[in-house]
Amino acid sequence: MGSIASTFGRLYGPRGWVALGAAAALLFGVVPVLALAVPDGSPFHVSQYWVTLIGKIMCYAIVALAMDLIWGYCGILSLGHGLFFALGGYAMGMHLMRQIGREGQYQADLPDFMVFLDWKELPWHWWNTDQFWWAALLVVAVPGLLAYVFGYFAFRSRVKGVYFSIITQALTFAAMLLFFRNETGFGGNNGFTDFKRILGFTIATPGTRVALFAITGAMLLGTLLLGRYLVTSRFGRVLAAIRDAESRVMFCGYNPVHYKLAIWTLSAVLCGIAGALYVPQVGIINPGEMSPANSIEIAIWVAVGGRGTLVGAVAGAGIVNGAKSFFTQAFPEYWLYFLGALFILVTLFLPQGVVGAVTKLRSRSRGAKPA
Amino acid sequence: MTEAVVRSTGGLGTGDGTVGRVASGELDTAHGVVLYLDDISVSFDGFKALNRLSLAIDAGELRCVIGPNGAGKTTMMDVITGKTRPDEGKAFFGQTIDLTRLSEPEIAQAGIGRKFQKPTIFEHHTVFENLELAMKADKRVRNALFARLSSAERDRIADMLRQIRLHDAADRVAGLLSHGQKQWLEIGMLLMQEPRLLLLDEPVAGMSDDETARTAELFLSLAGKHSVVVVEHDMDFVSKIARKVTVLHEGAVLAEGDMETIQANERVVEVYLGR
Repeated sequence: MGSIASTFGRLYGPRGWVALGAAAALLFGVVPVLALAVPDGSPFHVSQYWVTLIGKIMCYAIVALAMDLIWGYCGILSLGHGLFFALGGYAMGMHLMRQIGREGQYQADLPDFMVFLDWKELPWHWWNTDQFWWAALLVVAVPGLLAYVFGYFAFRSRVKGVYFSIITQALTFAAMLLFFRNETGFGGNNGFTDFKRILGFTIATPGTRVALFAITGAMLLGTLLLGRYLVTSRFGRVLAAIRDAESRVMFCGYNPVHYKLAIWTLSAVLCGIAGALYVPQVGIINPGEMSPANSIEIAIWVAVGGRGTLVGAVAGAGIVNGAKSFFTQAFPEYWLYFLGALFILVTLFLPQGVVGAVTKLRSRSRGAKPA
Repeated sequence: MTEAVVRSTGGLGTGDGTVGRVASGELDTAHGVVLYLDDISVSFDGFKALNRLSLAIDAGELRCVIGPNGAGKTTMMDVITGKTRPDEGKAFFGQTIDLTRLSEPEIAQAGIGRKFQKPTIFEHHTVFENLELAMKADKRVRNALFARLSSAERDRIADMLRQIRLHDAADRVAGLLSHGQKQWLEIGMLLMQEPRLLLLDEPVAGMSDDETARTAELFLSLAGKHSVVVVEHDMDFVSKIARKVTVLHEGAVLAEGDMETIQANERVVEVYLGR
């Protein structure tokens, strides 16, 4: 136990741990109390809207962390991470559809869209999805397995750089077309929605929402610590070495294929879990999540926050999505212009992202003081 | 694509169990030969980079390989380290290890270290971390996830830092080193792998006279413990360290012998030294 504690203690300095503790207090103490115990009229009340919005952004932040591990540290730009996110979301969505029971529009045993298509029984891949543990297994196994098989062939054939990015983009696009089709049994372009319950709890109640919010927060902090452990281990140093000089890594006796495959698969699994947490909070999953633009946006979050820093990924996901929810309400037609401008500005003026710029400013002011 | 397929059918290579394991004591140099190339041919789009090249390096030998541009020196290194597959011929490390059936990481694990022409180090890692990553160890993912440096390993790294004269720069980011220092760091990384055979491609390129002299000293001290093959253009350097020199020309061995014999060889003078 002692060694585990000291291993964790090394991950961040005292300041980092204080910041993490503060975040944990906010996520598990302050927000739940303000949302549940403080009455509606009070200025301190946190509304359901905010709980859901922040919960959603935290899911995105987990995806951004997963992206930073593979892109920032290993130099592999995936433009298909939205696919893994959506697959996790769909696996959870199937379970939530089964949880609706006979309370749907048609009051049938089958999900509404299947009744509408005049299907008489569940397709094979819906087997056992009424069991939560099975759905949870799918959330991890489907993105993980797909990533492993895809990565195995891509990395073994030494597909690299922009070629790899393009293939991942094609992969998510192909999956989107597949999920759009009614006969694949994923609800076509409407996807899944109208969820009622999760693990027996009614989804729409404040209590369930706050619980989902806290679970997502725990997952986010856990992912951050796991990522930090990985990148400060020898494993992480090998990843960065692969990014910088892969041939030297090979001639040092490391097989880069195994290292890439490990971090790539882990990254996909984290996205799947984020997707599974996202769906009950947002209340819908459809093939739009697999659109190429979504996956590109994930890369933008990480670039804005700062690659290869982990906290940068979290900050980037927060900044871009916070701005997005503001803009799409205030000036809906300008959001895409804003996103494009943001990306250009960051590339031009903050090549290391927001976190890189802050670090630079700090070291500059520190350097200026003694002089 | 085909390259990867050939590699995977090698039988020794793909399972997680074999790659990355420390291959200790497998090298058999009972007959005194550490590297044995026989009739190696490699062609790229009809151009014969290597044309029935045969070469034997003795255990503990320090061999210099010279030759004009395009003579096949780098291709030879590529064949030995698994980067290029020969179309024909045999390449053996010791008596038993067939290099044409192993991948690059496996060959490195078996005990062949390679230094590139342009220094290739991990520019964003510190000097210390560069040596740590190169150090002979279990290099599988599983081990890398939980590896902690033992005090013996720290001592080894500290010794190497002194040997390559970078002990004051242990925590400096390697990308900030001078060119000569980078060359030395790369040599240090090779030595951390504890290789039986070192392949050095133009190791003194870009070094000052002083650094070159020290490098010559270092290599001479290595011979005996390690076998060393040096590809070099710098004739002064070659004459300083060479006992035996091999001249390559158009993908084959043109001449072999001590420096004086080579310099007296008319064909060699014609294709290389005379120019």
